[in-house]
Amino acid sequence: MVVTVGSAIVALEAKEIVYGAIGLAGSLFGVAALFFLLDAPYVAVFQIAVYIGAMAVLILFTVMLVREEKWAKETPVASLSRIAGIITGLAITIALVVAALDTNLGQYTTISNSATFVNIGQLISTADAPVLLVLALVLSASVVGALTLSRVDREEPS
Amino acid sequence: MIVSAMLFGIGVYGLVTKRNALRLLFAVEIMINAANLNFVAFGQYLPFEGSAQTALPNASGQTFVLFSIALAAAEAAVILAIVVVAYRLHKDVDVSELKSLEG
Repeated sequence: MVVTVGSAIVALEAKEIVYGAIGLAGSLFGVAALFFLLDAPYVAVFQIAVYIGAMAVLILFTVMLVREEKWAKETPVASLSRIAGIITGLAITIALVVAALDTNLGQYTTISNSATFVNIGQLISTADAPVLLVLALVLSASVVGALTLSRVDREEPS
Repeated sequence: MIVSAMLFGIGVYGLVTKRNALRLLFAVEIMINAANLNFVAFGQYLPFEGSAQTALPNASGQTFVLFSIALAAAEAAVILAIVVVAYRLHKDVDVSELKSLEG
């Protein structure tokens, strides 16, 4: 828990944005560990594969592609907006914690609802199959969109 | 759930204060992870599916998180492509400097 929250703060507050990316990877790894603790090993492995395997590498490559000294050390934000951000974040955190503690969820014992990947696979391939199809379309559309955006227009050799 | 609330608060703080497009992406990712954590945590409380003889564990929460992770990956890919294009056009990724987007 400490690792997760601490790395999230590092991700946003590190001077160099590369260290921020590494902090984000640490935070995502902490969330994966919490998934393990919550009896969801399949989701945890998926999280490690997608977030830490793919997305952290993607972010690091983007940082290297657009790297420039001018914004690698970003301009300091105004102190007023920083204070406003801290107040907003703290207020939302306190509100959520109070709401979570105010429920009577504590009187329910956790039934051992450890769904295995077999159950997840059954659910995906039967009831949630339309969602899976739509998700596949969204993924391919986003990949095509990203490729189109980042296409380099080269001059035609004459 | 308290960890999730703290992560969400950190994400909101980042979203409010930062002006660098990549930092905004970090903040959004942290908030998405907070939501996913809540889904898995609450999924533990769901009742079993089916009758008493064929009781199956309820996997709805974890399945939803799998879909959510895939969507977040697609979103991050698009945002990173936009960042690269914005850098190529403006030599900057500060969102307050992108004047051409103003109405």
